[in-house]
Amino acid sequence: MAYRHFEFIEKHVWTLGIATAIMVSLGGLAEITPLYMEANKVQPADGLKPYSPLRLAGRDIYVREGCYLCHSQMIRALRFETQRYGPYSTASESVYDRPFQWGSKRTGPDLARVGGKYSDEWQRVHLLNPRDVVPASNMPAYPWLAKATVNGQDIQERMRVLRTLGHPYSEAEISLAPKEVAGKTELDALIAYLQGLGIDNVPRQAGAAASTAGERKP
Amino acid sequence: MPMKSNETYDDHVVRMFLAASAIWGIVGMLVGMYLAAELVWPFWNFDLPFLTFSRLRPAHTFGVIFAFGGSALIGTCYYTVQRTAHKRLAWGALAMFTFWGWQLICVLSMVSMPLGFTQGKEYAEAEWWIDIMIAIVWVSIGAVFFATLARRRIRHIYVSNWYYGAFIIAVGLLHIVNNLAIPVSMSKSYSIYSGAVDAMVQWWYGHNAVAFFLTAGFLGMMYYFVPRQAQQPLWSYRFSIVNFWALISVYMWAGSHHLIYTALPDWVQSVGMAFSLVLLMPSMGSAANGLLTFNGSWHRLREDPAAKFMVLALVFYAASTFEGSMMAIKTVNSLSHYTEWTIAHVHSGSLGWVAMITIGSLYAMAPRALGRPAMHSRKGMELHFWLHLSGALLYVIAMWIAGVTQGMMWRATNADGGLAYSFIDSLIAIKPLYGLRWFGGVLIWLGMWVMAWNLWYTAADARKRIITPIPVPIPEPIAEQQPPPLPAVA
Ligand code: HEC
Ligand code: HEM
Ligand code: HEM
Repeated sequence: MAYRHFEFIEKHVWTLGIATAIMVSLGGLAEITPLYMEANKVQPADGLKPYSPLRLAGRDIYVREGCYLCHSQMIRALRFETQRYGPYSTASESVYDRPFQWGSKRTGPDLARVGGKYSDEWQRVHLLNPRDVVPASNMPAYPWLAKATVNGQDIQERMRVLRTLGHPYSEAEISLAPKEVAGKTELDALIAYLQGLGIDNVPRQAGAAASTAGERKP
Repeated sequence: MPMKSNETYDDHVVRMFLAASAIWGIVGMLVGMYLAAELVWPFWNFDLPFLTFSRLRPAHTFGVIFAFGGSALIGTCYYTVQRTAHKRLAWGALAMFTFWGWQLICVLSMVSMPLGFTQGKEYAEAEWWIDIMIAIVWVSIGAVFFATLARRRIRHIYVSNWYYGAFIIAVGLLHIVNNLAIPVSMSKSYSIYSGAVDAMVQWWYGHNAVAFFLTAGFLGMMYYFVPRQAQQPLWSYRFSIVNFWALISVYMWAGSHHLIYTALPDWVQSVGMAFSLVLLMPSMGSAANGLLTFNGSWHRLREDPAAKFMVLALVFYAASTFEGSMMAIKTVNSLSHYTEWTIAHVHSGSLGWVAMITIGSLYAMAPRALGRPAMHSRKGMELHFWLHLSGALLYVIAMWIAGVTQGMMWRATNADGGLAYSFIDSLIAIKPLYGLRWFGGVLIWLGMWVMAWNLWYTAADARKRIITPIPVPIPEPIAEQQPPPLPAVA
């Protein structure tokens, strides 16, 4: 094709605009469409349930506070990663994560399997002031979480929206939600979320394997 | 032959965007500096939610990318399209609406994010109702731009406009697809994507926000202002066209290099890696085209600090895109991912390329848009150049060393095969480098103040005559200019 054919594009703004729109759409279509199709086929692994109301509240606090900007939740399939953090993460573990929280930066360690690593009390002290337990830490303190309580009605609203997106919450679970979170602080919710990471979102057998996986470094 | 006209350029809205960009630059980089300090001295968090690192970080990225970079891009886009189309900006009132709309969006985002309103997706943290406003303003920007192009009085569409056009189309597309969500309340919404699909959509968006916001848009700026400042035509016009098509089509495939070794299917990761390597060609091509345009006019670097900013910007562009392609190789990424190396790469791209090409273009454009022969102080520009360059180098080198240190410590094993270091060891090892990065940030920020001061005095005349803005007449186009014109003077 001679160069003057291209020159046609250079002189016609609508042709240029449309050609540009087509070229920029190809990559996304090719990569996202197959994933999207597969995701709709794959069922969550056996025994995998969506977040309980308290953990859902905790997860939304994790997102609101931006913990994902310092912590990943994606253990890569590399030896030194599994040695430090436990078995590598799989896609099925985050099927109920909106948005996903894999992260892109580790200013702090990975949290994908932090559940059960410390006691609730350690988590509480650590979140209120990390330097009380790890003097060299540069993680911020989150004292206000202990003062705010979780709103039961708000959680119900959230569960309903998630149900329209396909999370299998039953009407009974939704109506019981305010009772489950009654009197809980945001700190309680966040700790419940952290303590379930790598346990509640992993199918039973694999979850058991995760908690017995070899020695891990702090 | 087109009719003779006595129209003038609409530079009022350009000047507003220019001023906004300078102000947002100072604000956004102040937040960056503050974040850097918090990582060294955590007490700067003051236990206040809205000052906490993790709540402020999105305000930094939004502030520098969309407020500082965005205002500069839209401003220069309106400036360039008029001069290369020989036509006054179409729909002046709509253009003013895009200015105020964009500023409102920036203020709302930068205030709501520290208050905890977030979608939790990097670079797309703004909540759903702000996203709707962004979509409306974005479509309006596209309307002003394409309407002006459609009314152009010269047949040939200058290459800058191609890049600006791609920037507008692609960012609109990315923004809408990535932000689809169902709202729960003003402060909360849930993405329609989840898990691995969400990850792929997010990094398709994230990487191409880099590609079309931080690269294509600024290349449009480069292709106009570099020939102007070098005072000779582009080294190769056709080469710029070839690079254009290669760049816009290849970039969109590369997003999955942000998810290497994750739970994303392997084939997608490999496609991302392969296309990232192909990207070397258009990236190096664009950088070379810009640099070679200075061939025969290198002496201008001695006389003109704006040209110096541009040349260094192109050098950083070449360096950071080369680095990016290397980081997309699986083995390299296994070391660099999650570490400060990524931060070094980001800031060699943003402080080196994005900020420098913007600053250079602002210095080139400001006197012209304000009807002055030159900037108020050349010494001020020189000082800014050295502050910015030394700050950026300090920042990037410190983070490179920190990143490689982290990467090596995380994978180091003892003779018995056990891990050699705990996580906190790696944090302690890089703390001094965090301090150095902070200091680099301070230098850069001081430089921004020097620029603000310089712009203020350059605008002094214009301020006095604020009621009668200086009209710049539109020169007659030369019919069928071949090769396409050196962008018009004024
Ligand atoms: C400035 C970055 C930063 C932010 C933001 C941050 N962290 Fe951390 N986090 C760290 C660092 C560094 C460590 C390691 C030192 C320590 O234990 O304090 C850490 C450690 C942790 C640990 C212990 C992990 C382990 O395996 O020992 C948990 C749990 C944790 N953070 C939870 C959170 C939560 C929840 C949030 C959000 C509310 C959060 N972090 C926000 C930096 C951060
Ligand atoms: C050919 C060009 C480029 C390629 C192939 C490339 C590639 C990469 C790779 C592989 C990463 C690391 C992802 C990870 O491990 O998490 C990355 C991160 C990043 N790059 Fe580039 N890069 C290029 C150019 C640029 C430029 C010019 C800029 C900016 C001005 C830029 C901005 C970023 C940002 C902001 C991130 C961080 C994303 C995040 O994790 O939050 N890149 N890039
Ligand atoms: C004074 C200058 C600046 C300073 C001191 C600064 C500082 C910082 C700091 C401390 C972070 C957080 C890094 C981390 O989480 O470890 C950050 C992130 C970031 N900054 Fe800057 N910054 C500056 C200028 C800029 C500019 C001009 C841009 C873009 C145009 C930019 C774009 C980004 C991006 C995209 C990130 C997120 C990186 C990622 O997620 O991988 N910064 N910056």
